[in-house]
Amino acid sequence: MAKITYIEHTGKSHTIDVKSGLSVMEGAVQNNIPGIDADCGGGMACATCHVYVKEEWFNKIPPKNEGEDDMLDQAYKPQKNSRLSCQIEVSDNIDGLEVNLPEKQI
Amino acid sequence: MIKTDALIIGAGPTGLFTAHQLKLIGLNCEVVDNLDKIGGQCIELYPDKPIYDIPAIPECTGEELTNNLIEQLKPFNIKFHLNQRVDEVKKNNNYWEVKTNKGLEFEAPNIIIAGGVGSFEPRKFPIKECEKYENISLFYSVKDKSIFKGKTVSIFGGGDSALDWAIELSKNSSINLIHRREEFRGVPSSVEKVLELSKKGKINLFTNYQMKSVKGSKNLDNIEIIHDDNNIKNLKTDYILGFFGLIMQLGPIANWGLNLNKKTIEVDTEKFETNQKGIYAVGDICNYPGKLKLILSGFHEGALAARACFKLARPDETYRFEFTTSSKSIKKRLGVKE
Repeated sequence: MAKITYIEHTGKSHTIDVKSGLSVMEGAVQNNIPGIDADCGGGMACATCHVYVKEEWFNKIPPKNEGEDDMLDQAYKPQKNSRLSCQIEVSDNIDGLEVNLPEKQI
Repeated sequence: MIKTDALIIGAGPTGLFTAHQLKLIGLNCEVVDNLDKIGGQCIELYPDKPIYDIPAIPECTGEELTNNLIEQLKPFNIKFHLNQRVDEVKKNNNYWEVKTNKGLEFEAPNIIIAGGVGSFEPRKFPIKECEKYENISLFYSVKDKSIFKGKTVSIFGGGDSALDWAIELSKNSSINLIHRREEFRGVPSSVEKVLELSKKGKINLFTNYQMKSVKGSKNLDNIEIIHDDNNIKNLKTDYILGFFGLIMQLGPIANWGLNLNKKTIEVDTEKFETNQKGIYAVGDICNYPGKLKLILSGFHEGALAARACFKLARPDETYRFEFTTSSKSIKKRLGVKE
């Protein structure tokens, strides 16, 4: 279990407990957090669960998978700290993670 | 005006199998898809990825699944209208009138929406001013490459489309290739070629840069690109090409008076009919209690929607359930000898 904070583009923040083993994307979708679309359902086949990971966390979470950067090329306004939230697995180690949601996904 | 018993929107696996089911029970159908090829997400998003949960097929890729579905449709002569999106759907007595963005018109008592997550559209630059130059000096695909001759073209993107066009247009144009990171995701031979052309000065390469602004009056004059370290460069350019892949958008479907739930369409589980009589939704785009976004669910939904179409397409006949193993009429439709 980890507390994950999702911060909408408007600044509105949602902190929820997400079970270990789920992805950061699933945590958002299951709790109806607006701003994460996840069109492909976690297949790393689209770029609509794009998040910005706070700098202090970026190097602490598991690194990008092969192909993730290829999809991020197609995200809306990607930055250096961009990740696909479907590829970040939740575990006790990322308790307290904060992610910022982009203005939009498509 | 093309008249048919059922118009299928979407040529993904669900649309293809639905077409099969319609033909099997003796109905005609036509298929429209906005992509330039048959297969939907299976072909566009994951042609090489193995799928493990198609009944009786232990493992197959998106491309193999598509090819098998096309093979299964071979006994039937089904018309595919690719490269076009259905824009308008209007009721006219017992028929639906349908128009595509390429001007094709259909008349059908049934419409089956097998649209996945919507139609694939090019992802655009996130900068508002870019719209002003769209289709004038800014493009998301190349239709006539001769317009670039002798001009400066700034190409954005890191995949095969960006690389291929940079290589091709560098023959007769001055090329800037701009990508948001160091690595390109195109095929290795194209990446090598681009790096070689860059060394020779045929392509000006800007990696870790993204578009910041576009400037000009009626015609485009120059653009600003910004590096990860916030360093800004100004490039004079006549044309801009953006290749950021495709995104899926519900698009005009949202305007057809259907009950929507987020990006999905509400249906019943008997006919997979929407709130509009004669319009059905199947596959990933439909929604009902217990909905699973699996290809196998799409097949089931398509089979039931096809039977529902029979009633509206053949109001004076009674549908008779038959098996492919034993039905003479089905075998005749399949062209199988007794």
